[in-house]
Amino acid sequence: MTTGAFFVLAHPFLESAFAAGTAIALASGLVGSVVVLRGQVFAGDALSHVAFTGALAALALGVDLRLGLYGGCLAFALLLAVLGRRTGADDTVIGSVFAWVLGLGALFLSLFTASSSGTGGNGTAGVSVLFGSILGLTGGQALVDVAVALSVVAALVAIGRPLLFASLDPAVAAARGVPVRALSTVFFVLLGLTAGVATQAVGALLLLGLLAAPAGAAQRMTARPYRALWLSAAVAVGSMWTGLTIAYVAPVVPPSFGILGVATTVYLATFAWPALTRSRRPGLRPTATTASAPAAATATGGGTGAR
Amino acid sequence: MSPHAAHTVAALAGPVLDPVVDLRRMLALHFMVNAFRAGTIVAVLAAVVGWLMVLRRQSFAGHTLAVVSFPGAAAAIWLGVSATAGYFAGSIVAALVIALVPRSAAGRPGSQESAVIGTVQAFALACGALFVSLYGGFLDGITGLLFGSFLGVSDGQVLALGAVAVAVLVVLAAIGRPLLFATVDGPVAAARGVPTRALSVAFLLLLGCTAAEVSQVTGALLVFALLVMPAAAAQQLTARPVVGLALAVGFGLVVVWVSLSVAFWSPWPVGFWVSTFGFALYLGAIGWRAATARYRRRPVRGTGVAGERVRARALSSGAAGA
Repeated sequence: MTTGAFFVLAHPFLESAFAAGTAIALASGLVGSVVVLRGQVFAGDALSHVAFTGALAALALGVDLRLGLYGGCLAFALLLAVLGRRTGADDTVIGSVFAWVLGLGALFLSLFTASSSGTGGNGTAGVSVLFGSILGLTGGQALVDVAVALSVVAALVAIGRPLLFASLDPAVAAARGVPVRALSTVFFVLLGLTAGVATQAVGALLLLGLLAAPAGAAQRMTARPYRALWLSAAVAVGSMWTGLTIAYVAPVVPPSFGILGVATTVYLATFAWPALTRSRRPGLRPTATTASAPAAATATGGGTGAR
Repeated sequence: MSPHAAHTVAALAGPVLDPVVDLRRMLALHFMVNAFRAGTIVAVLAAVVGWLMVLRRQSFAGHTLAVVSFPGAAAAIWLGVSATAGYFAGSIVAALVIALVPRSAAGRPGSQESAVIGTVQAFALACGALFVSLYGGFLDGITGLLFGSFLGVSDGQVLALGAVAVAVLVVLAAIGRPLLFATVDGPVAAARGVPTRALSVAFLLLLGCTAAEVSQVTGALLVFALLVMPAAAAQQLTARPVVGLALAVGFGLVVVWVSLSVAFWSPWPVGFWVSTFGFALYLGAIGWRAATARYRRRPVRGTGVAGERVRARALSSGAAGA
């Protein structure tokens, strides 16, 4: 295993993939945990589709892809924050808006593919935005990604305590003087940044998995919000490393599939684990507090079991 | 001549802006007739199921079920079987997975369920990427699967779409009343002996079939344009179930027919037109409601939240009947 790991790191493109991937997974795991806690997974879904349109719009206009990516994500994140302030915004509004934005993305894709005669290069650009191209990151891109992802992590850690309070019980938090609205806006901005940075790693369509799967798994392992936060980050980073290694060993597997495959398997394991342990030890009621760090192995079913 | 070439020839000639002549020239092409047939079937089905979906607030599940049809189709193409079968297989399997999720966890109610839905969606799309990679690249096909294409609808596909649509609508008509009851007021329905859990699973399966149908016309990513937008627009305008359903169907048909016609003469993809016209309709409905609200004597019941008024009306009429 260790020799394998050293072999993997012998290639410069893998080095940047691992560096950027680790930072992105850390950010997605932490942000995703709060997203799941706040019940805003659908907003993450919408953002991931907007990321596609933003990137394709930038490509069609001939500017840097990341300009459109971050611009689109941040603009839509702020729109969601404003819409969420009025109670009128629900899944239907979000869904209608993002379906139209996605339609615009289809338009930009066709404009971009039509704009130059070479079919190969442009066609793959659209697909790599959709499904990610972490192995194609250059050193400079990776550096920017690491910087953005780590600043998201730092910001989230800084506002972590009040944010969790406001997420779990907004009414009580507001009564205690926590700036619930401002926190919500800041969180949406962080979510937008995460969506932008994660799109380059796993693609616009799959970043939702990096937000939802580790967070969902962590939430099933422990009922404590703080522990779930870090557990989620650990699962995300673990999935990233394992997935990248799988993709390297078996080139037919796209890296995005490797990463999401591992994350989904961990999540699935958290469903299977309590069922298995319960059938073996029928008298024992697992408690929510016994789960500890390493991924699925120690899950005792804080979610279903404890209820 | 292949559909693609025939379309290129016709579109290059451009419309003469005489509706009768243009329509005749468009419908002289067999693939276009099929596109209109498929679009009509899909619009009716999507409007009816979408109306219930908006009422039940299952937009996220509906989107996921639609997206999941992409890996189904990609797998079918990779394995060399019919893509239509792949669409349905993908969506139905995903509907079962979502239906089987245990309903309890920490956090806000339903947060665990949405995490599962999100994971199902992303993992399914990742599988789609894997199948495409295994197949060895059909890059043009990918955008067709994701964003829709009206060029390749075959006679057999129209027949399959029609048969499934009839089946879904018949089942929906059979379970319609208890389903509406369970949707509007779940706890009371359960107390009265309505099998709410079974109904919810049945509806997810119907939603899966519908999503698979719609994605064959609009592409996996743009299903919302037909599933949510006409229904949401209708619910802005009326709270009566029957009128709302009829309005949604009408909106869906208009959107599909106009989009297909415009897309035929334009170089831009049909998915863009469907979502744009659908969104314009939705905005128009919101604007209409806001404009007319001032002149109504009674204040508008409920908030702007979709389904709120339908719920309120169904509850009050139920109370009056009891």
